Amino acid sequence: MTPGRFLQKKYRLKLTYLAAGILITGVTLYLALPILALFIRISPEMFYATVQDPAVINALWLSLYTTVITLAIVILVGTPFAYYHCRYSYPGKVIVDTLIDLPLVLPPAVAGVALLVLYGRVGLLGQYFNMFGIQLAFTTLAVIMAQIFVASPFYLRQAKSLFEQLDPAYEQTARTLGASSLRTMTLVTLPMTAGGLISGAVMTFGRALGEFGATIMFAGNLPGVTQTMPLAVYVGMQGNINVGLTISILLVIISFAIMIAVRLVQKKEAGHA
Amino acid sequence: MLEAAMIKKLRDYTLDLDFTVQPGEIMVLMGTNGSGKSTTLNILSGLLEPDTATITLNGECLCNTKNDIDIPVEDRRIGYVLQNSAVFPHMTVHDNVAFGLRARHVDCSVISEQVTLWMDRMHIADLANVKAGNLSGGQKQRVALARALAIEPNLLMMDEPFTALDAESTQAVKDLTCRVVKKMQIPCIIVTHRLTDCTEIGTRACVISQGKKDWEGTPDKMPEIMPVCRCT
Repeated sequence: MTPGRFLQKKYRLKLTYLAAGILITGVTLYLALPILALFIRISPEMFYATVQDPAVINALWLSLYTTVITLAIVILVGTPFAYYHCRYSYPGKVIVDTLIDLPLVLPPAVAGVALLVLYGRVGLLGQYFNMFGIQLAFTTLAVIMAQIFVASPFYLRQAKSLFEQLDPAYEQTARTLGASSLRTMTLVTLPMTAGGLISGAVMTFGRALGEFGATIMFAGNLPGVTQTMPLAVYVGMQGNINVGLTISILLVIISFAIMIAVRLVQKKEAGHA
Repeated sequence: MLEAAMIKKLRDYTLDLDFTVQPGEIMVLMGTNGSGKSTTLNILSGLLEPDTATITLNGECLCNTKNDIDIPVEDRRIGYVLQNSAVFPHMTVHDNVAFGLRARHVDCSVISEQVTLWMDRMHIADLANVKAGNLSGGQKQRVALARALAIEPNLLMMDEPFTALDAESTQAVKDLTCRVVKKMQIPCIIVTHRLTDCTEIGTRACVISQGKKDWEGTPDKMPEIMPVCRCT
């Protein structure tokens, strides 16, 4: 190799490293700086003081308990649904597949309007509920319904893919050994897909916790009744900015915890594989 | 003794077979890919529903479509080792072997006795507390065999049990299978592609093609013109 070519190769390598460094630093800063700004903008004293504000506590508890109920419903209904959906063929299966994915690309506000048009006081179904004195829209139940609509695809897609990938030979073997369908499900199918299901559940929890558009459209913004944390951030930013900042920081911390939980579960799964 | 006659319409052809397997006999089912070997085992085990069938095992009717008799898969008492052994990777070897007995609500002391016995027979006792997902192919196959036999089945079926094994493990599993089938005096059906498997362990061979029986007899008399014979 001539000295000229050697130098050319050396500079080309340095330039590649430089370009990669700029790109990685740029993207990292773009994602990290806004989060960092939140923490810098408010002092720890102010944060601790605002965290005790009833508006913050109400929004926090409402968010947590509606999200936990949402998650429980999604897991209890979604797991058998995804299982049967994978194991059996039925007419319109492709349409159901598309409907599962739809909320992921649908703007949440549109999801909220759709729920309102169906379940609202004069909605297609809501008018009949209303005749029996049952009101769904603008209640805590509406918050849960909106969260389920928007967040369930995260769990359903994951569960569907896990059940599809699981070799049927495991379940068939369990059945020939004398296990009932239920025993096979609880002792073979679920333990073998548990890691992935937990990841899906954690992502669903995170999405439900951060839900805004569908909730404000379908459930409204009533403090203590339908005002979840993201809605309280919105209200806070229009009035007491410290409330908005404090709830935002709480949501960032919870989101971080969720991401770490998912990473840990995935790492544990990779270790088992 | 197993007596079976079955018809099942499949996508490309109709599976139409009838055969008998005596206690202590190992019938090797051979055929090219997609000839209906695994389908036959799935129908016998109850995993797949036949269009028409009469299956009798030791005088007990497992399936008779004419009389609407169809014993559920979990009640057929058939030891079935599926392809790739399908040991439960999240359970220990002990729990794998005990699975069928626990599913049948057998008494704990009997479970413990049976599991120890079968782990000893299959030379896997030292692996009792190892997670099955961490075993080698040969060890997994032995666990699968122990698990299938621990329920004291009336029929043993194995679907390509030697495919993923090295020569040493293949020989070990073959020897164990032959010994156990003779000792327990149960009928056994083994699906394989390889002629060497057939001649080494089979007491009878049945070659099928497109769901129909092409040839049946003792392995040493298998005509060399059989296309499957060249797949060794």
